[in-house]
Amino acid sequence: MSIVKEQTPAPTADGSEVGEIVNEFSIQVATVNGSGSQSANNVLMRAIFHMGVPVSGKNLFPSNIAGLPTWFTIRASAKGFIGRKKEIDILVAMNRQTVRQDVESVEPGGIVLYEEKLKASQFRDDLIYFPIPFSALAREIVEDSRLRKLVTNMVYVGSLAEVLGIPMAQVRRGIEDWFKKKPKAVQLNVRAAELGSEYVAENFQRDSRFRLRQMDKTKGKIIIDGNSASAMGCLFAGVSVLTWYPITPSSSMAETLASYLNRFRIDPETGKATYAVVQAEDELAAIGMTLGAGWAGARAMTTTSGPGISLMAEFAGFGYFAEIPCVIFDVQRVGPSTGLPTRTSQGDIFSLYFLSHGDTRHLVLLPANMTECFDMAWQAFDLAEEFQQPVFVASDLDLGMNNWMADPFEYPQGKLNRGKVLDKEELERIGEFARYKDIEGDGIPCRTLPGTEHPLAAYFTRGSGHDESAAYTESPEAYTRLMDRLSRKHETAKTRIPQPVVELPQGAEIGVIAFGSTHWAIEESLLQLKREYATELGYLRVRALPLTGHVKEFVERYDRVYVVEQNRDGQLAGLIRMEIPENAGRILKILHYDGLPIDARFVTDQIADAEGLEKE
Amino acid sequence: MSSTVKSSGNVNQLGLAMADYKGARSTLCAGCGHDAISSQISRTFFEMGVNPYRVAKMSGIGCSSKTPAYFLGRSHGFNSVHGRMPSVATGAVVANRNLICLGVSGDGDTASIGLGQFCHMLRRNIPMVYVLENNGVYGLTKGQFSATSEMGARLRGGAVNDLPAIDICKLAIEMGCSYVARSFAADPRQVVPLLKGALSHNGTAVIDILSPCVTFNDHDESSRSYSWGKEHEELLHQIDFIPHFEQLPEIDYAEGEMQQVELHDGSVIQLRKVEKDYDPTNNAHAFKMLRETREAHEFLTGLIYIDPSASSFIDRLNLVDDPLALLDEKQLRPGPEVLDQLMEEFM
Repeated sequence: MSIVKEQTPAPTADGSEVGEIVNEFSIQVATVNGSGSQSANNVLMRAIFHMGVPVSGKNLFPSNIAGLPTWFTIRASAKGFIGRKKEIDILVAMNRQTVRQDVESVEPGGIVLYEEKLKASQFRDDLIYFPIPFSALAREIVEDSRLRKLVTNMVYVGSLAEVLGIPMAQVRRGIEDWFKKKPKAVQLNVRAAELGSEYVAENFQRDSRFRLRQMDKTKGKIIIDGNSASAMGCLFAGVSVLTWYPITPSSSMAETLASYLNRFRIDPETGKATYAVVQAEDELAAIGMTLGAGWAGARAMTTTSGPGISLMAEFAGFGYFAEIPCVIFDVQRVGPSTGLPTRTSQGDIFSLYFLSHGDTRHLVLLPANMTECFDMAWQAFDLAEEFQQPVFVASDLDLGMNNWMADPFEYPQGKLNRGKVLDKEELERIGEFARYKDIEGDGIPCRTLPGTEHPLAAYFTRGSGHDESAAYTESPEAYTRLMDRLSRKHETAKTRIPQPVVELPQGAEIGVIAFGSTHWAIEESLLQLKREYATELGYLRVRALPLTGHVKEFVERYDRVYVVEQNRDGQLAGLIRMEIPENAGRILKILHYDGLPIDARFVTDQIADAEGLEKE
Repeated sequence: MSSTVKSSGNVNQLGLAMADYKGARSTLCAGCGHDAISSQISRTFFEMGVNPYRVAKMSGIGCSSKTPAYFLGRSHGFNSVHGRMPSVATGAVVANRNLICLGVSGDGDTASIGLGQFCHMLRRNIPMVYVLENNGVYGLTKGQFSATSEMGARLRGGAVNDLPAIDICKLAIEMGCSYVARSFAADPRQVVPLLKGALSHNGTAVIDILSPCVTFNDHDESSRSYSWGKEHEELLHQIDFIPHFEQLPEIDYAEGEMQQVELHDGSVIQLRKVEKDYDPTNNAHAFKMLRETREAHEFLTGLIYIDPSASSFIDRLNLVDDPLALLDEKQLRPGPEVLDQLMEEFM
């Protein structure tokens, strides 16, 4: 083995000793899309996870199959912060196109492992460099050039393991997990990682500032992406019809669910499916099929993202007006239009809540973590059938496609709530049926399913004006009655949807409101504000629309409330101002909308600046 | 809506009377071809002894799409959005495979806004009867051309159509449809057996029915008028439908004079030769015939194409026998051990 020894520059800009940083840093891997770095990055993340260190992984990828730059960020956090950390401590530079920009983005005193041909050390002298001939090392064990490209990535995993102190046994375990059924691939990749590790051990004496040490904070935890978590929730919701049209970043939810259904929903006696998956020709058809199936009594759903939501608007209004249950998952991405299809956003809040022409208000669930991605998935089906209307679940690309640590999910409590469905026997007992009559005063009528063998069962579903018996009418009174009942139903729903999570620290004078994936930045920012500025804030996390009285109470408590969200126009803030106009002046907006996940430091800086806070 | 079963008189094998297959009073213009078709639909379902509870009536938007309110009052109906009835019907039959699905659409609903969904419904071979009430004009918006209007057609107000027509039957065959028929609202003797055949077919059965719009497109020079239809109708064959629950009649026909097609449910369609030799199981022949008659400005009616062996979308989904909509919690929600297993995979 020929090894080129190279001297590395001074460890820090001022040459001083730097303390060790253990289990609290971020790693950015810069590669080229399509180079197969996904396996390597996952192995690295899982190796850290198996060391007991809380970890998260974020893939910042282009809308492209191969050739454009892509980044994978791994954050290890002993404190358990798994949101995005903007500051990069450790860089693995593998992409010539971006090497300069990548090196420039590293925090002073950070370390850089790079393909030595890229000459990354020329750009700055305040970083610690590890030039490593990754591709040359890979060449020693792989002839085939295509395969070598893949294996090269595992070499940097080995090198990084040596630099950070990840035991090779954990790397091996990560590789075995990832390449489960391919012993040859395991062997080759383990060898590649060993080469990378050995090269570092033989060529570099200096310890890096950053170390990983065994902890016990991931014991019993899972690491999962939100789309898989939601797919699992749908499986346990008892979904029976999934219709979908491929669109990033939601496709993997439908595909993962289809694989779960295929594993767990085949009747063992007959070998036949207790579900149907239909890949539709477009989103117009996907929601049409879902509504048709929901109308006929199936637990039906579709998955999509922004452009699909726009296309579904007309049918969404139909579902609201004709009162048909179904569940629509919106894994939000950046809009408008095609926008940034592979970047994250919370920009669909207005769209979802009001989706359709005419007066329409939907139920929208807003998961913020993996547990809620799972729970809200099955709860959405119960709510859809209870309230007989489309229910939206709005996650986003950051939640849906990135890896998050969580506690194992809990099996759903209680039975499936199938709502007010009258079967043959009940129709016989009651002796009358009017599809849209509010019998119990909660705004929720009774429905029958097509195929119910009773002369009273049939009714005519229509998107046009209808009276209590579902007959066509243009009567002003009947229309007003119908719209008022739908409002009443919406009020009832406020008591049944997930309520906000509220933290009210003693002495806090200002508040913050957020939802969804923004939660992770808020949680960490609140600690930063406390530690750095000795300022505590009340925090309310909205978990569903419509907004409930809790939000009003919370806003009334504080002089100023910052609504932090990942869109340009402050959509949640707008809804809050609309719901409590008397306190609209207290609502201030903090907005992050560049397509990357919001980070804690951004929130802290914005609040500190707006409040004129002085550091302790 | 009557809930009593007639005990005497004209009842079908379920003991239901014709009245039990009727719907609300039509609000369409007097003389509308669509009302004639509604009557034929009621009659077909009555004579076939279809249990109305099993029927799902689906439609889109337009005059035609209002008609499901005017027949089969004991069946559930779904008047959906413009051009997208096929997707709703797909969801409904997937959710409940026991439903007998009847779609009614118009030429705007099918050939313009709904062209995409129409094609994909055919590609999937969704089990349903798809009646296209074709009048070449938008009625509810007061008389604009539709995509099935002939090039050069004139509306009563003088507007001339300068785009070629989409031939729905040709398109249907191209898209793999396994039951394609064309008929005339004023010819119940042909509409009814075609509807019965469609009900016995496994897959999408398209019946393109010329259904004149008496208000906007029934003037003499219109190729969508009653008079034009009567003058130009070219019968492919005389059609008899023998349901599976009846004996085949024993009538001798000369060699080549009669063709029998056995349908999915065991019913039989008998086609008696009129003038031309025509085999509706021959896809290429059907296509050629459609092209030639269109060029000759003939209005070809009858069973144009059939593949009785086609498998439907439901067959391909490998579904359990019970409707998905009626499965119980035990069949729908896997047990806690499955969740444990999945959690293990993510640890």
